[in-house]
Amino acid sequence: MKTAGIAVLMLVVVALAAAACGSSKKSSSSGGGSQSSCAKSDLNLVTSGKLTVGTDNPAFPPWFGGTPKSPWKVSDPRSGQGFESAVAYAVAKQLGFSKDEVEWKHVPFTNSYAPGPKSFDFDINEISYTAARAKVVAFSDSYYDVNQSVVVNKGTPIASVTTVAGLKPYELGAQLGTTSYQLIKNTIKPSKQPSVFPQNTGAVQALKNKQIDGLVVDLPTAFYVTAVQVPNSKVLGQFPATPGGEHFGMVFQKGNSLVRCVNQALTKLRSGGTLKQLQQKWLAKATGAPTLK
Amino acid sequence: MASEGDRRADPEVAARRSRLLDSLRLEAEGARGVAIALISTAVFIAAALLAVTHSPGWPEVHRVFFGWHDISSSFPEIARAFELNVKIFLVCEVFILALALLIAVLRSLSGPVFFPLRALAVIYTDLARGVPTILVIALLGFGAPALQLTGVPRSRVFWAGVALVLVYSGYVAEVYRAGIESVHPSQEAAARSLGLSRFQALRRVILPQAIRRVVPPLLNDFIGLQKDTALVGVLGVVEAFNQTQIDSSATFTYGAYLAAAALFVAITIPLARFTDWLVARDRRRRQAAGGFA
Repeated sequence: MKTAGIAVLMLVVVALAAAACGSSKKSSSSGGGSQSSCAKSDLNLVTSGKLTVGTDNPAFPPWFGGTPKSPWKVSDPRSGQGFESAVAYAVAKQLGFSKDEVEWKHVPFTNSYAPGPKSFDFDINEISYTAARAKVVAFSDSYYDVNQSVVVNKGTPIASVTTVAGLKPYELGAQLGTTSYQLIKNTIKPSKQPSVFPQNTGAVQALKNKQIDGLVVDLPTAFYVTAVQVPNSKVLGQFPATPGGEHFGMVFQKGNSLVRCVNQALTKLRSGGTLKQLQQKWLAKATGAPTLK
Repeated sequence: MASEGDRRADPEVAARRSRLLDSLRLEAEGARGVAIALISTAVFIAAALLAVTHSPGWPEVHRVFFGWHDISSSFPEIARAFELNVKIFLVCEVFILALALLIAVLRSLSGPVFFPLRALAVIYTDLARGVPTILVIALLGFGAPALQLTGVPRSRVFWAGVALVLVYSGYVAEVYRAGIESVHPSQEAAARSLGLSRFQALRRVILPQAIRRVVPPLLNDFIGLQKDTALVGVLGVVEAFNQTQIDSSATFTYGAYLAAAALFVAITIPLARFTDWLVARDRRRRQAAGGFA
């Protein structure tokens, strides 16, 4: 009886804390604590009846596609084209939303993890899961298992490198906030201080200008860089997978019960083969790069 | 002001105390005033602390901003990156002082013959102050090397330095000009009547007085410059702010921001105190010289 009383008391305290703080303190990254159903009307949403999805602008291929329409640049997340847009709409469909009920919001990467109430239900922006990050936000399960790679200018000395160790003497760059930078620092350990660019455009310009020798990005992005952004560049190779692998997850407010429902949807999409199909459709090019030894 | 008797007894101590009291504006109220000020300060701080720590978002803010581990673990790397900020600041300062003086002198030349030079100086200061610093840095840092001209450096730190020198010279030239214009025209007339050439009058009579008067605003601009070195990060150079964002995005916490802020403050506050000291010393010297301004 005593323990039951304490449990009830704790529940009251937790409920009060949740009410007062506007955010509960459940620490499970999958948000599996809540038992509410995943019916559309029961979902915990920023705007009821709408699924609000965040991503950064410009939205780059192959993650997003379609012709850009204001306010979106380079491509349009609302098109349903491109891998991440397609996955978001597939998840929305599983949750019971029509295409019109999905709203896209411009969320710069650094805002996606800012404390306080979030302006989106989930953010899908090539964000890699790490244990440290999962202490602050909730991640969905993987919707893409990613490999890192390095892009170089053809005909430069670095272009003949075939091993990870061979990259050491070169000046490398990555985009800010990516795990690509962690890979440079922790795996390649180059002798020159690597560069970190707040924006993809800066990183690409620096590679074009030969201000850096190599740009480390995820493999699908690497193929876009070589095909469109930097003429005369090539994917030098991909890095051997890290233990446990690296994956992209959607980002949620910590403790949001919606995570469980999105994970259910992802599981269905995976077992039904939809995820694989979308991957083949949008990221088919992202295979076949030599692996650096 | 302290009484005459005090000042005679120990002028140095009295003067210092008088400055402190002046700055706190407590002199007139006396001991009762001090007591009231202390109590009201304590109440104000307590109220502010209570408001912050009892806000609904406080537990989350406390966790992501004030995690001691985040602050202390990111500090050494940010401190190393901060070295670059200090170097940029010190080198740029020298060039800014020289270039700005040249512009200010050009602008204060009188006579119709010098109209083109005056116009050039006006256009320069307008442009330098009119374009946001971060744009100038991005334009030069990515644009100039993109020309791929032989002999043009590719170094991003070099171009960032050039951008800062160009922008800040605009501000500092105006500070110099204010100083030059504050010197009474009779000073120049007197110098010329003693047989000094126009240049000698400028060099020996006007500039020494002008510069002495503008030391505080000059140092004010350098505190600004010191902070603006953080903008260099847009070029991908890992300086303190970029390193801060790297640490922040790796863990999705903001402890690193506090570590960086502490480093900047550790430089700017001594600089501000140094300015005060210079001004006070100058005032004392002029008073000792019998009120000669």
